[in-house]
Amino acid sequence: MADKPEPGVVLTEEQKRQRGRRNVALAVTLGVLVVLFWVMTIVHLGGNVLNRPM
Amino acid sequence: MTFAHDDTAAHTAVPAMPGPSLAGVEDYIALLKPRVMSLVVFSALVGMVAAPSGLHPVLAAIALLCIAVGAGASGALNMWWDADIDAVMTRTANRPVPAGRMTPGEACAFGVVLSVGSVLMLGLASNWLAAGLLAFTIFFYVVIYTMWLKRWTPQNIVIGGLAGAMPPMVGWAAVSGEVSLHSALLVAIIFMWTPPHFWALALIKSDDYARAGVPMLPCVAGPDETRRQILLYALALAPLGVAPALVGLGGWLYLALSSVLGLGFVLRAVAVYRRREGEAARKAAGGLFGFSLIYLFALLAVVLVEKLAGLPPLPSLLPGWM
Repeated sequence: MADKPEPGVVLTEEQKRQRGRRNVALAVTLGVLVVLFWVMTIVHLGGNVLNRPM
Repeated sequence: MTFAHDDTAAHTAVPAMPGPSLAGVEDYIALLKPRVMSLVVFSALVGMVAAPSGLHPVLAAIALLCIAVGAGASGALNMWWDADIDAVMTRTANRPVPAGRMTPGEACAFGVVLSVGSVLMLGLASNWLAAGLLAFTIFFYVVIYTMWLKRWTPQNIVIGGLAGAMPPMVGWAAVSGEVSLHSALLVAIIFMWTPPHFWALALIKSDDYARAGVPMLPCVAGPDETRRQILLYALALAPLGVAPALVGLGGWLYLALSSVLGLGFVLRAVAVYRRREGEAARKAAGGLFGFSLIYLFALLAVVLVEKLAGLPPLPSLLPGWM
């Protein structure tokens, strides 16, 4: 019978909690970046956003 | 005692942290040195408001955010490199890396990503001159000051102070697309303010710096020479602080306030020079340190207020071609 596989790295409850908080912070940061790039693009384009062949 | 930086001993004081990271979001925020960042943001804002306007307010706000993040990135890279020093100084021992909540690699990666990201985004939001100046500021603080000067010479904060002085010029360039004599003058004021500000703190905390092997002036040249240098810099700073009113940047309010505060700065520096023993000496150094913060904040704030209130600057004494 094969040996039972090692469990690998087992996170403590505190480590799981901190990882979750880091993930949320990273997601929020990425979301803010998306919004900032969108706003920058719109402001740079200005009125020219409508000035194109239809 | 030696102050030479021993590379083999570097980072040995930092406890190894096997296993997954324990770093919380607040640790990453601490890496950004929020208090330092607040002064950077404020001085950059003053540069932006004082500059001839040419940038959309929304882009200006994004540019200011980029400058703040760039400053935070510098702080993170500083904490990565200086973790061994931080571990033996009481003021810094609880920072995320020396306290063992974060590996040096995490701090380094965080700093590098934010550095590159803030510079690129500033270039896209405003212009590449401002982005280049921000990149230079980060490079100067991390490589020239943190990695080289800090452990090598007691002139560390004199030369390294340039990095902390640059934000008004970065802000000015972000809005106007140019650097000018006015923005250089704001840089010069912060540059000249930095040594007496930090040496006043170093007089109080010299034991900490000596234990960490950082060659701050009081540890190398002694407290008396430090007091003499503080006085010399204060005597140079006071007229320099008034100069914006003479070159068309500040108005009557600026002239009055900078004159009074400059005099106050010199008087406190004289008190530090004269009181050399015991609690009185400590109190004088602490007084100068606290006053120096008020001095710089007030000078920058009055530039901001005069611009926002539409108060005209005094006529420039410079020749027209400048």
